[in-house]
Amino acid sequence: MSADLNVFITKERIESHTDETTDRSDEDENPLAGMTVAVKDNISTKNIRTTCGSAMLESYVPPYDATVVRRLTDAGATIVGKANMDEFGMGGTTETSAFGPTENPRAPERVAGGSSGGSAAAVAAGEADLALGTDTGGSIRNPAAFCGVVGIKPTYGLVSRYGLIAYANSLEQIGPIASTVEECASLLDVIAGPDEHDATTHEEGANTDYAAAADGNVEGMTIGILSDLVEGADEQVVSVFEDAVADLEAQGAETVEVELDSIEHALAAYYVIAMSEASSNLARFDGVRYGTSGGYDGNWNETFAKAREDGFGEEVKRRILLGTYALSAGYHDKYYKKAQDARAWVKQDFDSALSRADVLASPTMPVLPPKIGESLDDPLQLYFIDANTVPVNLANLPAISVPAGEADGLPVGLQLIGSAFGEEQIIRAGSALA
Amino acid sequence: MTEDAVDSEEVRHVADLARVALDEAEVDLFVEQFATILAYFDSLDEVPEIEQETDLVNVMRTDEERACLDPAEALQNAPETEDGYFKGPRVS
Repeated sequence: MSADLNVFITKERIESHTDETTDRSDEDENPLAGMTVAVKDNISTKNIRTTCGSAMLESYVPPYDATVVRRLTDAGATIVGKANMDEFGMGGTTETSAFGPTENPRAPERVAGGSSGGSAAAVAAGEADLALGTDTGGSIRNPAAFCGVVGIKPTYGLVSRYGLIAYANSLEQIGPIASTVEECASLLDVIAGPDEHDATTHEEGANTDYAAAADGNVEGMTIGILSDLVEGADEQVVSVFEDAVADLEAQGAETVEVELDSIEHALAAYYVIAMSEASSNLARFDGVRYGTSGGYDGNWNETFAKAREDGFGEEVKRRILLGTYALSAGYHDKYYKKAQDARAWVKQDFDSALSRADVLASPTMPVLPPKIGESLDDPLQLYFIDANTVPVNLANLPAISVPAGEADGLPVGLQLIGSAFGEEQIIRAGSALA
Repeated sequence: MTEDAVDSEEVRHVADLARVALDEAEVDLFVEQFATILAYFDSLDEVPEIEQETDLVNVMRTDEERACLDPAEALQNAPETEDGYFKGPRVS
């Protein structure tokens, strides 16, 4: 089935490291015993190629494992393949992958979402029990919503990024995707926690029991409805969202309307920051230490520029160039500095909203999954697809996408946003729906 | 179009800074797309100056020797190596 859907870029198994003599059924030692996991192809796996969905890294084989990969195999899980993705995580539909688009298992001929489209599709198609994705501006929640599964973008610093091939360091987190909120929380329990290889990780992630928070009890919980994001969504999406909110109210949750003044500037700020960080991060791909070289003659700059012309796809070049422009002399204050101000503003707005509500809710995606090939022509329109998810990354907060229902037979996701390290609250609220 | 809309010369200059060669068709495409995208980014002009929170702390560890990749592992992805070193093109 995966051959048809193009879920995996590389289909190879990595068996659990756990000692054969230990009891595989011991849940404390091996909480993921017997579970299969698909890992997004920007997360390093020792001796198994890791391409980032790019021709640049088509034959790159990491000499070490990412921390999250080690934690998975230590917990008894079997990795079944490296999942397809938008090139370097840049895209919202998994159509910018150099290895072709992933098809949505729930909606044939439509996109699976992006950039962790292969990861979400692997779970939706039953190719893996669980999956790891990465979320820089919604890349876990977006495909989870489009494929009708659950995805969590953890608080920044909860999960180690050691071994993640960087796109925009200050925004991205590795996170879990699964069929149910409880399974998703169990996977988060395994990967969360401090790591000496990543100085941005926090103590809060040690010894968590997020799975226990998936008890479906929303009695007395206050949910803030992000009205700006609801208004911007398609009618059909809003209708499903409102039914899901009514369901939560019927289970004892209270709702309040919340407006965020900063939110209309979040998307522009996000793209300026993400592109700026990308232009710096992707400078390492020079075809000398790794990556395709092309074997051109000439001096360093010429051969480097030609190798990058061949190795990078159009969206990656667009973002590197715009990022370089935004950081260049004369434009830094106009774009990058203003984007940082907008980021601080978004963070303040969220803090204030979360002092009035336990969690905040919006549709995960403002649209239904588009057909493959339908949305690629206009990059700015493609950027708007992330409008509901990117503010969360700017504020470093946790968010979950849970299936809310269907419109025209297509999955619709509901997003719940929590306070920093407030994963229990979004997991509890989400588990009342899925 | 804004006053900051880029022309083809500017796209080539930025591509040069970023070390990405572009063909003519790409230059034309980016001139057109960057105008629209940068005009959208201009909305950041409306953002007020915000007092940034200073809750950042440095995380330090002792500077001590630790295990790292052996040379063969470090070189395994290099297209060209010589005598245990990466081999690159001339610098200028």
